Amino acid sequence: MPVTTIDGREVHVDAEGFLTDPSEWDEGLGKTLAAAIGIDMTEEHWKVIRFLREDFQTQGETATTRRVQTVGGFPTKQQFELFPKKPAKKMAYIAGLPKPRGCV
Amino acid sequence: MRRLVVLGAGTAGTMVVNRLRPRLPEHEWHVTVVEQSDTHRYQPGYLFLPFGSMRPKDVSKPVRATLRKDVDLVTGTIDRVDTDGRTVLLQDGRELPYDYLVIATGTTPRPAETPGLEEAMAGGDVHEFFTYAGAMRLAARLADWRGGRLVVHVAEMPIKCPVAPLEFAFLADSFFRERGLRDQVEITYATPLPGAFTKPVSAEYLGTMLTERRIALEPDFVVESVDGDEHVLRSYDEREVPFDLLVTIPVNMGADYVARSGLGDELNYVRVDKQTLLSVDDDRVFAVGDAANTPASKAGSVAHFQVDGFTENFLAHVEGRPMTDLFDGHANCFIESGAGKALLIDFNYDTEPLPGTYPLPKVGPMKLLRESRINHLGKLAFRHLYWHVLLPGRRMPVPAHMSMAGKQVPPNGRTTAGGTAGETPTPVGIVPSFGED
Repeated sequence: MPVTTIDGREVHVDAEGFLTDPSEWDEGLGKTLAAAIGIDMTEEHWKVIRFLREDFQTQGETATTRRVQTVGGFPTKQQFELFPKKPAKKMAYIAGLPKPRGCV
Repeated sequence: MRRLVVLGAGTAGTMVVNRLRPRLPEHEWHVTVVEQSDTHRYQPGYLFLPFGSMRPKDVSKPVRATLRKDVDLVTGTIDRVDTDGRTVLLQDGRELPYDYLVIATGTTPRPAETPGLEEAMAGGDVHEFFTYAGAMRLAARLADWRGGRLVVHVAEMPIKCPVAPLEFAFLADSFFRERGLRDQVEITYATPLPGAFTKPVSAEYLGTMLTERRIALEPDFVVESVDGDEHVLRSYDEREVPFDLLVTIPVNMGADYVARSGLGDELNYVRVDKQTLLSVDDDRVFAVGDAANTPASKAGSVAHFQVDGFTENFLAHVEGRPMTDLFDGHANCFIESGAGKALLIDFNYDTEPLPGTYPLPKVGPMKLLRESRINHLGKLAFRHLYWHVLLPGRRMPVPAHMSMAGKQVPPNGRTTAGGTAGETPTPVGIVPSFGED
């Protein structure tokens, strides 16, 4: 896995820049990752990202758009407003979690 | 007498009762299976029904004929499980007490979860093939369709048999080619995922399969509604995909009684430990196959590999011993690629599909992550094994846990198509697919 330096510390990322070790993440890093894809984090953004982080702790996988809506309480429309065009991928990127994947 | 009740006599439930019955002493255990249908369907055949390459008789048998004679079959619809009273309540008022319960009622397509889809399916141009009725209806439509825009669409993950929609697109390409209609058909594959192939090694090996077949890709497509009158799919980011014929995989969900019984997640899948399949809410309840919320593919092969370990674990659990045969997420799936060929993938929770040979190193005979004729013949032969080896609970000649034997591991550090070992990307600028493509 490639290692890169963000905010002065080394983190493990894949070739697309997604963190490969969720434990290397903190909110400061999340803010930097968000800025890298043009998102200025507001409290509304953080609510979603914190849900994703907490859900990952118990589930071991990144919550789907539906799960963010039905369990987290953030309607899909709102996810698209906060993280335009590709919310699932952008939320995972900012939260330092694996992006949505199929089996192949 | 102790009572084991199994809910659902599909692939998983049938294997569970046929495997466990001979292992549980007859004077100590009653084994009952509850099923609402009279017919067991070979669901992998649903992919072939629309193209006429399998017939109804190939995919259908009476449920009773698939079960051991010493297993009780109750035909009925489940209302809910009373876990405190350890009783299954049927809609007709019957009550089935249990000491241990195995939930194996799978998953079903739910068109009503997508605005407009149910109404659109009432017309003639919007179809699905994840049910027997849907596959047969689509067969009738394809038989006289003269071409236009065919859109193959996945509403939301997870779905049963996640490769089936891709296979459908490949087989459709082949089907129209053989009929001399390919130039009259535009095929588009619309998926909520970032691409048709999202695992790095698969993407590298298979990334060109769509373009080679002139199948257009519409990635990151999160459907907001289906408009049957206008013949258009609309996404949350305001894209529109027009179609003349839509083949959609609706949202898949577990049975509603699972939610009513307080055992399910947001998609009605039973919350279980992913290695033992024991409910995290109740230590008298297991879930096997598609009904469980394990982060494995929802596929018959997964059910098969789960049942191998589950059988031993169940016997240990009811005797108060620890469960030691831990499920690794193993799946093994053929992917029909058209023109009499297929791919094969073999993977688990931790290892993505890799190239190589299966089940034996070098000699195979199946090839992993590559198209071959023998893979296709393997898929066709599997139907016979399903009815005569798998369902009756006989041993298949392949290991339940995934093996690295025969697999080629890509060089360390190379994790994605086009990526090379030692590359050190910076976070800015290495997220190209976040652009407005």
